[in-house]
Parts: sequence; C-alpha cells; structure tokens
Amino acid sequence: MGVPFATEAWIKALQEELNKSEGYREAAKTWEGDFYFVVTAGDGIPQDVYMYMDLWHGECREAIEVGDPSAKDPAFVMSAPVDVWRKVVEKKIDPIKGLMTRQLKLKGNMMKIMKAPKAAIELVECTTRIDTDWPA
Amino acid sequence: MWFFRCPEITFGEDALGQLALIRGKRAFIVTDPVIEGLGFVTAVQTQLCEAGLESQVFAEVEPDPSLQTVRRGAAQMLAYEPDWIIGLGGGSSMDAAKAMWIHYERPDIDPEAINPFEELGLRQKARLICIPTTAGTGSEAGYGIVLTDTENARKLTLGSPEATPDIAIVDPYFTAQLPRQVTADTGIDVLTHAIEAYIGSWANDFTDGLCLQAMRLVFKYLPRAVAYGHEDPEAREKMANAATMAGMVLGNSSVALAHALGHSAGALFHQVPHGRITAVFLPYTLQFVANGEAGRFGDMASALLLPSRDETEAADSVVTAVFQLLDQLGLPGSLKAAGIPEDQFAEMLPLMVEHVEVDANLLMSPRIPHTAEIEKLLQYAYNGRAVDF
Repeated sequence: MGVPFATEAWIKALQEELNKSEGYREAAKTWEGDFYFVVTAGDGIPQDVYMYMDLWHGECREAIEVGDPSAKDPAFVMSAPVDVWRKVVEKKIDPIKGLMTRQLKLKGNMMKIMKAPKAAIELVECTTRIDTDWPA
Repeated sequence: MWFFRCPEITFGEDALGQLALIRGKRAFIVTDPVIEGLGFVTAVQTQLCEAGLESQVFAEVEPDPSLQTVRRGAAQMLAYEPDWIIGLGGGSSMDAAKAMWIHYERPDIDPEAINPFEELGLRQKARLICIPTTAGTGSEAGYGIVLTDTENARKLTLGSPEATPDIAIVDPYFTAQLPRQVTADTGIDVLTHAIEAYIGSWANDFTDGLCLQAMRLVFKYLPRAVAYGHEDPEAREKMANAATMAGMVLGNSSVALAHALGHSAGALFHQVPHGRITAVFLPYTLQFVANGEAGRFGDMASALLLPSRDETEAADSVVTAVFQLLDQLGLPGSLKAAGIPEDQFAEMLPLMVEHVEVDANLLMSPRIPHTAEIEKLLQYAYNGRAVDF
C-alpha cells in the first residue's frame, strides 16, 4: 500500500527521501528557502492542500501539511492541480516546462529559482522514490 | 503540451528591402561600433527612411554584453520612445536589444530577473526586428538572451518567450564579407545548436526537421563559406539560413551540456569566442551522452550519410565527423589547443564547475552529469582526451 498524495504522510515521506539523498544534498548545498507545495482542489481533492517544506543547505528541516495557509510565510509557493503534480512526479513533464506552460504556477524570487536547476531536478527525483497512491 | 514560436522571417538576397514596408514612427537601432563602421547601420536607416521612420542608434554593445550596457541602452530607449527596436549585429547586439526592449517596456524588471516563467506583457510600446550580421547565433529567431555579469564573471542565460523577435531579416548581404575566422567561429555555433537541440530532452517533432536540415547545411556549406567567403554567395546564403533555422530550435527545443560548459568557460576565458569554445565541448559531451546510452545518434548519422549500423557506430561517426569538421575549419579540438593556459584553467576549474551547475541548459542534456563528472568533462575537454565514463 502506498502513501496517499497531498497528505502529511506524503510530504514527510518526501522529507525522508530528500534527507537521505546524496544527490539532493550536493545539488542543494547552498539553497535557502521554504516552500508551499499546493495541490489545488479538484479531481478527488476536495479543497486546496498546503504542504510545507523548509529546505536549507541540502536538508529538509521541516515538512508538514498546513491547514491554515497563513500559518507559514514561505519564500516560494508552487501550485498545480493533482494531475499536473502527477505528471511531474512521473517525469512526464519536467518542472521547467511545467512553469513555462503555466501548468505549474510559482510565486517567489524567480532569479533564485533559476540559479538552482539541479536542486529542482534532484527534488523531483526524490518524489519518484515514494510509492504514491494517487486520488481516484 | 509545448509550443513552437518563431518570428516572421524574410530571407535571401534583398531581404533587407522588407524593412521599407514596415509601419511606424521611430526605430531604435541597437548595434556595435564595428557594424556601424561597416556601413550596415546606414543601409538599415536607408530602408527605414523609405518607410518614413526616424531612427536613433545605440552602437555601444560589446562582445558578451553586460548588464550595465543593457541598462544604459534602455535608458536611451526610454527617452526616445521608439515603436520599433532593431537588433542589428551578432548575438551580442540582438540579445542586448531584447534585454533593452524588455527594460523599456517593463522598467520595473531588473534585466537580471528576466525569466521565462512570468508574463511580461511586451508589445505595449514597441516590437522587435532582428537582423543578423553573422551566421550565427540564431538569436534573430529565438527568445534567449545571454548577458554577462561582469562583477561575478558569470554568464546569465536569460530569456522570455515574449522576447521572440516579431521579424527576422536574414539577408546574406550582411555576412558576405565576414572574415574567415569569424565565419568559422559563428558557423560552428550553428552545428552545436542543431545537434544539442536534436538530442536534448526538449526535442520535438517540430524542431527535429529543422535540426537535421541545419546540420546538413553546416557540413556542406560551412567549409565552403570559410574557404571562399564572398566568392561563394550560395554558401553564404545557406549558412545564413542554417543559422536562423538553428536559432528557431533554440527556444522551441534547447541547447544542453556543451552550452552549459561553454558558457562557464567562456565567461572566464573571454579570449575564446563563444562559438569556438562551445564547439570544443561538443564532441566530448556527445561522447558522454553516448556512453550513457542516451541521445539519438542513429537518425542523426543517417541524415548526415554517416555509418550507422547501430547507436554505438552512429555516435562514433557523429563525434568523428565533428572533430574532422573542426580540424577542416582550423578550429581547436581541445581547450588547450584553444590557447587557454594550463595554470589558469586549473585555477578556474572549481568556479567553472560551480557555474555549470547553475546553468539551466545542463538539465536539457539527455544525460546529466554529477559534479565530479562535470569536472572530468572540463578536464578531458582541456586535454583532448576521449570521454570514457
């Protein structure tokens, strides 16, 4: 049985994968910035789900699902519907293309994001290692 | 889903005459002092006069244009208020024109922050025409903008799809008298664009045909263009077209590892022109990709009529053909042969690795190297050693 997507269990599974990934640690060794990964309502998701990750120098220091989006003020907010997140995790679309086609939406300092392409790819790689249960 | 974007392209002999048909009031020409001295600005202004447009010239773009130059040009643009912007020159002038245009329309955006993820809302004040004078970077047909952060000795790979020029005028008049070395240096860049965009992870049906045709044109016509120059107008025209075709694939597919390595080394070793230094890396990166059983060498080799019984033979054929072409054109096959001193290379190696890792083009490679592999690739390309990992 897999880990249901868009849940605290899933984001904590991703935290575990990131923190044991040498590739991510190396690629993100200078990264400082926290994220909301938002799964927008629809397709089996009754309301927006906010998953928070505090990413710092190659490590994920905190990963939780947040009920009230005002609870945190992350540097970046990336949002998409569940089918787009699934394509990213299954590597059917790379995150840069996802952003350029506006399927993935990102708020935050774009200059900083553009300087960390490898970290983004390693993060996606870590998501692929989770046995994910997708909403029906 | 993906996109295919390109400007309206007027090509061939007398294409410049198309400029006399545009509608507008004021044109701001962005170029460099060499182009101005060759009389090319006058040729453009003659056509603009025919169309009834006034014009102003900014002829201060340097090779590897800096953020400072862009801000200076944009300030003049804001004062002049053109409704057409014309980038006339090599990639430097055209890229600078795009960046200045964006700052003209969006003074709130720092040039360093130009990115493909945010809407800019361009074309409220002006539209862009690009006229290449080399063959070439292909900047006339794409949305990429390469600037140099001189303070940190780093190339900035920027761009926005909205910055795709509205019109590209590809007239071989401008490349007819290109010096031999410039012809070789800029022409080989066309091949690197075409090959990287073909094997890269963003390759698609729309760009594949352009890539293969651009490769064929380079192998056939670049040696002629280098050898005979203006005495071979057919070669000049074919290379001009090949450059624009390869430019079309830049934004609709992407360059990859050779360009990531070339950008990092080129930012530190300015004495080696972009096309030349990136081409040095091309065969080594192809070896690296082939060793990882990635890439589409079979189709490429077939299109170039090279031996291709299987992917291994095809990859070997393509790599050999690239090295042979470099040699035929008098271009170096290693960074050492390109004249980079060994002690300087060793000193800059850690910084080059660091810069490669933040170049987004790295991700377009069908095989993405780890940090240690990036360092090895740089060293192998320096020493001219075949990649064996």
